[in-house]
Amino acid sequence: MFKVTLQVNHKAHTAEVEPRTLLVELLRDQLRLTGTHVGCDTSQCGACVVLVGGKSVKSCTMLALEADGTEVVTVEGLAQGDKLHPVQTAFHEHHGLQCGFCTPGILMSAVDLLARTNRPTEHDVREWLDGNLCRCTGYHNIVKAVLSAADKMRGGKS
Amino acid sequence: MSNQGVGAAIPRKEDRRFLLGKGQYTDDIRLPDQLYAHIVRSPYAHARIAAVRKSKAQAAPGVVAIFTGADLAADQVGGLPCGWGITNKDGSPMVEPPHPALASDRARHVGDPVALVVAETKAQAKDAAAELEIEYEPLPAVAHLADAVAAGAPQVWEQARGNVCFDWHLGDQAACDAAFAKANKVVEIELTNNRLIPNAMEPRCAIGHYDAANDHYTLYTTSQNPHVIRLLMSAFTLKVPEHKLRVVAPDVGGGFGSKIYHYAEELLVMWASRKLGQPVKWTAERSESFMSDAHGRDHVTKAQLALDKEGRFLGLRVQTLANLGAYLSTFAPAVPTYLYATLLSGPYHLPAIYAEVKAIFTHTVPVDAYRGAGRPEASYLVERLVDKAARETGIDKVEIRRRNFIPPEKFPYQTAVALQYDIGNYQATLDLALKAIDYRGFEKRKAESAGRGKLRGIGISTYIEACGIAPSAVVGSLGARAALYEAATVRVHPTGGVTVMTGSHSHGQGHETTFAQLVVERLGIPLDSVEIVHGDTDKIPFGMGTYGSRSIAVGGSAIVRALDKVVAKGKKIAAHLLEASEADVEFKDGKFVVVGTDRAKAFAEVAFAAYVPHNYPHETLEPGLEESAFYDPKNFTFPAGCHVVEVEVDPETGVTRVVDVAVADDVGRVINPLLVEGQIHGGLAQGIGQALYEQCVYEKDGQLLSGSMMSYCLPRASDLPNFKVGNHVTPCTHNPLGVKGVGEVGAIGVPPAVINAVLDALAPLGVKDITMPATPEKVWSAIQAAKRQRA
Repeated sequence: MFKVTLQVNHKAHTAEVEPRTLLVELLRDQLRLTGTHVGCDTSQCGACVVLVGGKSVKSCTMLALEADGTEVVTVEGLAQGDKLHPVQTAFHEHHGLQCGFCTPGILMSAVDLLARTNRPTEHDVREWLDGNLCRCTGYHNIVKAVLSAADKMRGGKS
Repeated sequence: MSNQGVGAAIPRKEDRRFLLGKGQYTDDIRLPDQLYAHIVRSPYAHARIAAVRKSKAQAAPGVVAIFTGADLAADQVGGLPCGWGITNKDGSPMVEPPHPALASDRARHVGDPVALVVAETKAQAKDAAAELEIEYEPLPAVAHLADAVAAGAPQVWEQARGNVCFDWHLGDQAACDAAFAKANKVVEIELTNNRLIPNAMEPRCAIGHYDAANDHYTLYTTSQNPHVIRLLMSAFTLKVPEHKLRVVAPDVGGGFGSKIYHYAEELLVMWASRKLGQPVKWTAERSESFMSDAHGRDHVTKAQLALDKEGRFLGLRVQTLANLGAYLSTFAPAVPTYLYATLLSGPYHLPAIYAEVKAIFTHTVPVDAYRGAGRPEASYLVERLVDKAARETGIDKVEIRRRNFIPPEKFPYQTAVALQYDIGNYQATLDLALKAIDYRGFEKRKAESAGRGKLRGIGISTYIEACGIAPSAVVGSLGARAALYEAATVRVHPTGGVTVMTGSHSHGQGHETTFAQLVVERLGIPLDSVEIVHGDTDKIPFGMGTYGSRSIAVGGSAIVRALDKVVAKGKKIAAHLLEASEADVEFKDGKFVVVGTDRAKAFAEVAFAAYVPHNYPHETLEPGLEESAFYDPKNFTFPAGCHVVEVEVDPETGVTRVVDVAVADDVGRVINPLLVEGQIHGGLAQGIGQALYEQCVYEKDGQLLSGSMMSYCLPRASDLPNFKVGNHVTPCTHNPLGVKGVGEVGAIGVPPAVINAVLDALAPLGVKDITMPATPEKVWSAIQAAKRQRA
């Protein structure tokens, strides 16, 4: 077992992990942050996306040990108290989620996209979300929600 | 409250917990002292299991127990039952082979469970499973329909000769022969409905918890119908009485049919927990989902359509082979029969139909209902055939549909294949969809595409489906071994809040919002005063669950009936409080009012009086305000509509893109337009997936080649366009809400529209057929073959 120390949602954590333990397993099984989901075993679905050092990462592709010393934000860290993040609000208003299983990963991917560009086109959003699978929504309302969140975050109107 | 009632496009109540990462899916649950199970599955499609040697695995770190089929047999654990029986043409019953939870003498498909390894951690269970020594003797196997029905094919079951499970028919053969005898034109088609793997985003998971102190069993499972699972476990597999067994289906991450069935793993964790005295959890890895979740579709069909000289349909003959896989899944026999052949009339006046269906065992994962279930296979066949008839007769593809539609004045309409459509207006949805896509402007867009070197095509599908299953007496006569009503309880609390217990289950549909809207509409209380409870057999009296687009039509109707009873009792209480005759009290705008006066009692006042009955008609009425209702529908509901698709094909690469989709659906009265559109979007994505991307591939010897998300292509955001969604409402005539159901229309309507569009694009090159999914390789090859033929 090896010791790993990291910040998760602005809180310091230390855990004992095996060399093979994945970041997603550390988050879900040890820190009990079960908002991050596992939808596949081939790094295809993106349900496990979190931010590591501000950048979106599939937490099933990263060993827990590699996350030593990093700052991780999961879906549980997006809202500020009772106040939803604008991306969360937009997903609610535009019905961008159904079963909710892929949602945490898609929210975190979208947050990273909007940190990189504040005026994405529909094409940009569709290409960016290529690493996230959703089986319920047909992506239509997800794309709409991300574009609306971009508008709101720029201070514009949706 | 009308801004929160029926028809209001309000966002969902349940969103918040999912957006915060606070949903509770089965795998998020961790019980004290929980053990972890790993299932060892057959790597062979067909093999004799000569020996299982446990010793090495048993000695691995953390291992608690290893179980095989012999252990289940010793405990007299039952096999997995099939819930639907089919009668053959000759009156004999279908072949119904055993379906043990763990294969003990023979494995019959890749992924067939052979052993259960239980350990203290998930990793230990998996590590130990790798040490388990199983001696297999591989046997000849068969995976594809054509091979399975060939002479001398390997047999899946000795008792199913020629691998035939049943040989069934529907319709009037003599009437059909007569129709063909007088036909001016006969159009023939042969097609395959490709095998699909559902892939709900949440993999299946189950936790069994046996509480020895109370002799009580709890199963947490990813199910669309926890009461059905409890019923099957109680009566057939675990064999413990229902009052000792609680089944909880908490937040469930999508189902699409794949989470209807009673699976081996549910039984195994529950039984293992009793054996070991600790909770046992199993979570599927996605690769396991591919080889153990029931698959969908997999038909091969030949059909002939007879037309008169004006292009009117006279008769339809259909011969279908349906792949059932190695075992009969819970509802499997119903899918290629009563959910398929009964829909072969489409939205058309088709006087004579005769359908023959042979269901075939193969060494593959069991096949059962997947979004649409039988109805996509029917609409794909009918709409491909109608398009082909248009091409061969020279009648325009829109005109031939208009000419053959059942006109609005002909309802109720009795089809030649047992169904009676209650209402519809197929002309209206066709007109709406054509307008939305700007059908008249197509040639201009086609020329523009051609300027960029692309071939543009437009395709139409005018589909119908039957949902809201189902009238219990009807499905009982057709072989269903259960009734298919739905149950609801409305509990009004003393201060006027309402909890509704529903037997329907939400795994993405948004029942916590739409069902609450029904209460808002009826009782006039705010949305926040209503809580919908589902997915727990200890909290909800009974239920048949969610599938076949039945939740609102059957489950919603049950809620409405229970609400009616609440209002009826409320009137009695109000009459007493108001010292009026019950006949003079009406319930309006959330108040019980004495007609023609300003004397009234608010709903909450009546609720309070029901629970604090200081002034109460005790002689004639019991206190309390809680009512239950069972609703058994009189008929199926018949959503229908028109889907129009435009595609662009790159003739150099064969790459096909869907560039525009416009649909107009008639799903009956709409409770929440926002959610209804969301359901349609999702169905369209899965339907386009079937048409262009998705294919379950088995090697001839039964090896599963498309065994992960790397090799099975699910549609991604960049593969799909935005969708134009319109609707035209003809309210269902036989349920109290006028609703029809919306969960499956996308997956049923759009695949033929996509393929018709691809064939329209390729028609100038001489391509006449393409199979789903229309991958770049297939499209390119078809173009090359057509070129060679012309050269």
